[in-house]
Amino acid sequence: MTDCVAIVIVSHSPDVARGAADMVRQMVGEEVRVAYCGGNPAGGLGTDIAAIQEAIRAVNGPKGVAILVDLGGAETNSEMAIEMMADELQGEVVLCNAPIVEGAVMAATEASGGASLEAVRATAEEFLS
Amino acid sequence: MAPDLMRRIREAAVARIAAHADELTALDQAIGDGDHGINMKRGFEAIAAVAAELDALPAGPALQKAGMTLVMKIGGASGPLYGSLLMAMGKAMPGDPGSREVLAASLAEGVAAVKKRGKSEAGEKTMLDVLVPVLDAVAAGTGDPLASARQAARDGLHATKDMKATKGRASFLGERSIGHLDPGARSSALLVEAVCDVLEDKV
Repeated sequence: MTDCVAIVIVSHSPDVARGAADMVRQMVGEEVRVAYCGGNPAGGLGTDIAAIQEAIRAVNGPKGVAILVDLGGAETNSEMAIEMMADELQGEVVLCNAPIVEGAVMAATEASGGASLEAVRATAEEFLS
Repeated sequence: MAPDLMRRIREAAVARIAAHADELTALDQAIGDGDHGINMKRGFEAIAAVAAELDALPAGPALQKAGMTLVMKIGGASGPLYGSLLMAMGKAMPGDPGSREVLAASLAEGVAAVKKRGKSEAGEKTMLDVLVPVLDAVAAGTGDPLASARQAARDGLHATKDMKATKGRASFLGERSIGHLDPGARSSALLVEAVCDVLEDKV
């Protein structure tokens, strides 16, 4: 399983994050590791850097991690989380500029075939063009 | 500098944000997602909760720790933005932050960190429209730096009203963002005022 790029889903809403992860698992299967988080540190809508780091840590591997986010704060918090844990990461961790649900499914589909992190990100981002 | 200066600045900042949380939320409801007031209040309450630890540190490390607290507790984009501001300012601050030159150098690092984190510059209807002119006023070294900083914050804030947002959630509104003050510029102006009040011995 660590031969595949892993996916992290970061939403403002815990329900959206869990739902997107459920869709990935149903459509792509279990071979791609998926972690997710949603909600701010007080339990409301928002994102939580500690939770993002925990999600990255849970699936961190040598092939790297592709992160899918929903709105601005999720992106800024994810970038900050990645920088803060740079020392402990095995592979590269990148943010995909893609819609969270479609991007996660596309990224996981590409990842399941053993593709590189760059290819996984490119596939997720194809949704934009 | 007075040994309790950092404590007084911290208390003034916490109180100012708490007193204006509803106003920040109302501004953010107009052009954002309406969470700026509550997020900032949560972040600054978290700073107040570690007050004893902050008081035990020199100014630079105290600012860095306060910044990290905002990063971990705010839960919105303002966490990394204000957190990066304070962390970079703290890193650049030597033992005695009492002079204008030191404040200007430290603020310059902080503003650069906000630009990098937000991938933004002044003129895009953000907190930078207050912070950049305030930095320019403090760095210029002419006249009364605190009076210039206050004026720069006021002018910078009001200039955001006619700007079209191209960064952050407000950019989704495009032209409809025009006519509203930017909530991040407002919170930055509040913090500048709070710091100036302490430095002028008004609180």
